[in-house]
Amino acid sequence: MAIWLTKDSKVIVQGMTGSEGSKHTRRMLAAGTNVVGGVNPRKAGQKVDFDGTELPVFASVADAMKETGADVTVIFVPPQFTKAAVVEAIDAGIDLAVVITEGVPVHDTAAFWAYNVAKGERTRIIGPNCPGIASPGASNAGIIPADITGSGRIGLVSKSGTLTYQMMYELRDIGFSTCVGIGGDPIIGTTHIDALAAFEADPETDAIVMIGEIGGDAEERAAEFIKANVTKPVVGYIAGFTAPPGKTMGHAGAIISGSAGTADAKKAALEAVGVKVGKTPTETAKLMREIMSGR
Amino acid sequence: MDLYEYQGRDLFERHGLPVLAGGVATTPEEARAIAERLGGRVVVKAQVKVGGRGKAGGVKLAEGAEETVARATDILGMDIKGHTVHKVMITVTADVAEEYYFSYLLDRANRTFLCIASVAGGMDIEQVAADTPEKVVKAPIDANTGVDEAKAREIVSAAGFPAEVADQVVEVAVKLWQAFVAEDATLVEVNPLATTKDGKLLLLDAKVTLDENAAFRHPDHEALVDQASVDPLEQAAKSKDLNYVKLDGEVGIIGNGAGLVMSTLDVVAYAGERHGGVKPANFLDIGGGASAEVMANGLEIVLSDPSVKSVFVNVFGGITACDAVANGIVQALALLEQRGEKATKPLVVRLDGNNAEAGRAILDGANNPLIQRVDTMDGAAERAAELAAAGV
Repeated sequence: MAIWLTKDSKVIVQGMTGSEGSKHTRRMLAAGTNVVGGVNPRKAGQKVDFDGTELPVFASVADAMKETGADVTVIFVPPQFTKAAVVEAIDAGIDLAVVITEGVPVHDTAAFWAYNVAKGERTRIIGPNCPGIASPGASNAGIIPADITGSGRIGLVSKSGTLTYQMMYELRDIGFSTCVGIGGDPIIGTTHIDALAAFEADPETDAIVMIGEIGGDAEERAAEFIKANVTKPVVGYIAGFTAPPGKTMGHAGAIISGSAGTADAKKAALEAVGVKVGKTPTETAKLMREIMSGR
Repeated sequence: MDLYEYQGRDLFERHGLPVLAGGVATTPEEARAIAERLGGRVVVKAQVKVGGRGKAGGVKLAEGAEETVARATDILGMDIKGHTVHKVMITVTADVAEEYYFSYLLDRANRTFLCIASVAGGMDIEQVAADTPEKVVKAPIDANTGVDEAKAREIVSAAGFPAEVADQVVEVAVKLWQAFVAEDATLVEVNPLATTKDGKLLLLDAKVTLDENAAFRHPDHEALVDQASVDPLEQAAKSKDLNYVKLDGEVGIIGNGAGLVMSTLDVVAYAGERHGGVKPANFLDIGGGASAEVMANGLEIVLSDPSVKSVFVNVFGGITACDAVANGIVQALALLEQRGEKATKPLVVRLDGNNAEAGRAILDGANNPLIQRVDTMDGAAERAAELAAAGV
């Protein structure tokens, strides 16, 4: 098992014929992902060769699903077209849409999210501006490097890309059930809470690492959720303890405004509900190691 | 991007919202021209992106051109909470009867937009909300259906606007929403939204934040960037497509990925506590790619900051292999030398992840005395802080 993405997942790529899309389609295939095709209305009917694997290009997500039984889409289209691509995926009723694209206007994200809610949240959206989701040894949907770690029993949810990779690397000898990069934008389709709930319910996950960063109050809300709903041990890390207020640190969502959104406030909220919070990624990994060695 | 009040006022005016006639001046002479054009009594307001300017003496009334010039001369150059006043906005005055509050903003927690409206305007809305929550209406706005007349009427009625201004507030609410969407704003705040004694509704202040991710559909927004107040290093970095934020420490930071770089700042600050209080000098995310050219551009920016005493390059090789990054660093130093900007400050490099061993071998083989290799993030931060403290 794992959450949301398993070895049985059938993955399509929106934007497969673009430079990023084709590069990462190749990588996903190499990681053992069952990629079954791509979507590009202008190249429908063509086939694209990826080191010996021929993948068909479909005119729409709906066509691709009908022909291949795909249940996951990974979206690499440029920011101008991201909203339309996500709406198309929602309309087709796909289970999971992973939106890798960086730089999507927040009005567009708000619009496709509201559309998804109006449709009953049939589709789980991860991102935008995220590295994707990987269930090591089973499947990889997005740009998370597949060779950092093997499968294991830790679940990981993170706002940040490279910090996710760093944590996977630190704990590579133990391994992970699923690693989810939820992205650092102000509005995201999957939150820390969604991932915590799924890991809590997953019989193959024993403990959870949660990586947050400054801005917003998602970590504080996650802390409340953990208190009420999570019985598995959770270890936390927050990036941006020393970031000054008012400066945006790379992620559109990572900005301290007023007294809200500081790393200290997030750490305090998590510790109040029994989550151990590391000062550095390495210290956080050590806290997780202690928990897993007792099992 | 946060706009100045005058830019917000202009934006409102372009979208057909009722604002006071006025203009913006950078010199007393420009202020005179505006006062002469407007005639009569005016208000001169310091343009700074910080609250409390009235208390600081940055808002003054003036009668006629001479007085306007005098007030503008007082206010221009004034320091308000660390912000130097470079511009003043001059508008005609209004005979205010009532002050209300109205805003649209992004609601991250609920993943939607929010309208906040109150008939108790003119003061700190957070204080009003804390003391008398019943006076503040918070209405979620669906991103796809937005604010039409019916929705606006719902808000106006819930907030308890008096019947005699209700129609005007409804019209403003709809137009302000249209402006919010059309300009890709994440905040439009009007405090106060005021009625005059002759019963007219006016937007007397403008706080506007625009989404920089939407710049591709707003070529006109670039002109709103205040070049004078942008840090020159940040400007240079931006022209090279680098994600750089100037901070006030001594350890230059280069890393890949926003989260990892933020984390690097923390680790260096902790290490600095043991080494004379040195701090990170900047945030610089060179992205996943980390090619030699990008690395050279990044190093050039960081090394040109005179307060930098040492540099910490912290890269986790994910998609990009560490050997490519190591080659990038070595080539970057050579490239800088070719450009006549030979590096003289020590570089602590930590490479981990994909092909880390090969990357470290390349660094060792380069035999460059400036490059110090430390293989853990915490250890490398310690070394960089120590070197910066020694170089201070």
